[in-house]
Amino acid sequence: METKTPLLKVDSVGIQFGGLKAVSSVNVELYPGELVGLIGPNGAGKTTFFNLLTGVYVPTEGTISLEGEDLRKRPPYKITQKGISRTFQNIRLFSELSVIDNVKVAYHSLSKHSILSSILRMPSHFKGEKEMDEKAIEFLKIFNLDQYKDEKAKNLPYGKQRRLEIARALAANPKLLLLDEPAAGMNPQETHELMNLIALIREKFDLTVLLIEHDMPLVMGVCERIYVLDHGQLIAQGRPEEIRNNPKVIEAYLGEEVS
Amino acid sequence: MTTIKRAKGFWLSISLSLIFFAIVQVLIGGGSLNPFYQNTLMFIGINIILAASLHLIIGITGQFSIGHAGFLAVGAYASAVMTMKLNMPFTVALIVGGLAAAIAGLIIGIPSLRLKGDYLAIATLGFGEIVRIVLLNIDYVGGASGMQVSHLTTWPWVFASVLVTIIVIRNFTSSTHGRACISIREDETAADSMGINTTYYKVVAFAIGAFFAGIAGALYAHNFYIIQPSNFGFLKSFDILILVVLGGLGSLSGAVLAAVLLTVVTTFLQDYPETRMIIYSLVLIVMMLYRPQGLMGTKEITSMFKRKGGSSHGNKNTAA
Repeated sequence: METKTPLLKVDSVGIQFGGLKAVSSVNVELYPGELVGLIGPNGAGKTTFFNLLTGVYVPTEGTISLEGEDLRKRPPYKITQKGISRTFQNIRLFSELSVIDNVKVAYHSLSKHSILSSILRMPSHFKGEKEMDEKAIEFLKIFNLDQYKDEKAKNLPYGKQRRLEIARALAANPKLLLLDEPAAGMNPQETHELMNLIALIREKFDLTVLLIEHDMPLVMGVCERIYVLDHGQLIAQGRPEEIRNNPKVIEAYLGEEVS
Repeated sequence: MTTIKRAKGFWLSISLSLIFFAIVQVLIGGGSLNPFYQNTLMFIGINIILAASLHLIIGITGQFSIGHAGFLAVGAYASAVMTMKLNMPFTVALIVGGLAAAIAGLIIGIPSLRLKGDYLAIATLGFGEIVRIVLLNIDYVGGASGMQVSHLTTWPWVFASVLVTIIVIRNFTSSTHGRACISIREDETAADSMGINTTYYKVVAFAIGAFFAGIAGALYAHNFYIIQPSNFGFLKSFDILILVVLGGLGSLSGAVLAAVLLTVVTTFLQDYPETRMIIYSLVLIVMMLYRPQGLMGTKEITSMFKRKGGSSHGNKNTAA
């Protein structure tokens, strides 16, 4: 694995909010096709780290590069177009839009018909919209959501909303998918389905996945490597079994032994 | 299949509106529609354009702008200068009015659309006031005493402008560009992370909205014999805002319906000047109590025909 060039290279990245160092000197390398977990206690800076990767925050130190291209100071929409797409900890669907329209929004940056062609209803508009429609329906089928395509996103049950959010992130055609606590609030049955879904999309889309999760059986079960964050710093990394027995990790989660 | 069906509905509504146009035109020509009703009709048309253009900014893109009278003023004055000072034909004045307002929209939109919610509202309110004060102090356009404008607005002009406005806004909205705007309204962070250039689409929606407000301004200016800066104060902005909110945020047909309804109500209340504002306010209060989502909610009139009774999901939203 070490011989390959990394897809994502994060080099001593950090961000400071006033006096608070939310994340500091984090190094992460992700290789094509990997499924990597990012864990840590609440407030460790996991979501902040995602926000740094996707351009919501601009890092105050360090560099982030995707396939050798510097991503720092690029706006979020450009980073998505370069190939990093994400889901959110608290679901952020376009709730008043239909299920299929949610997916079509993700296709927007690939669409070629201009505003003018849409206003004048030129042939390129119809062609572009039809292509989007067909692609979106095919896509929803993979996720078993095609029967809900005209339903408003907010009317879907929770588990399906999560599924749609992942579908929407994938529709943006990413190379790297960031999942922020996809199993949060799910019952065991839904979590199980989610694990299958993650396995399926990796196979199907030839994807690298970085996953934040609190559900340890899920993380240990699916991830090949795990990074552990605590107080904004990377305290451990390695294979699941190494992480499980790492004293620093146990300390971060359970606190120090009382002596 | 659905596209064919939709196209059919589209041509049907176009032909229906053309028939309506012809009937009114014949009535005006035959002299059976007195000037009072003619004027009301034109006023309805102008308000429809204003409501539809603000609907694009607030209802679709979710940018809470309350300086719409500013664009109306820019359009009104720019077109009046064209016809009165430069002796241009009305067509040119109409287009210049729209373009001037669109440029004003770009100038105010590019810096202020970084702001969100209340902050944007205050910035746009400020813009509206700035326009008014600037006009108040330019002697070329008459300052406080206003500007004489000849009566050039006619029913065909108003009708054509309304039709173009509605078609353009509807076509824009029901395309990938409109979806991009709606995604900004729904969740800007998520839209950003889906690869939507949010700033660009906010500015585009703002400019298109401003353009049509400018067209409305041109029609407005040439419908009266005089325009004054005091016609374009922030109360005018609120009047337009009320149309959009009353119609239902996010519904074009709602905005149109509200424009028709409220214009008619205000026109007939002119006979009772002392109780006019009270009744008007009561209508709004009752409306917001019993239908806070507005006349149409987020639905369009066309969707009512599409799904009548058939679909099982039809009424799911009414409870929510």
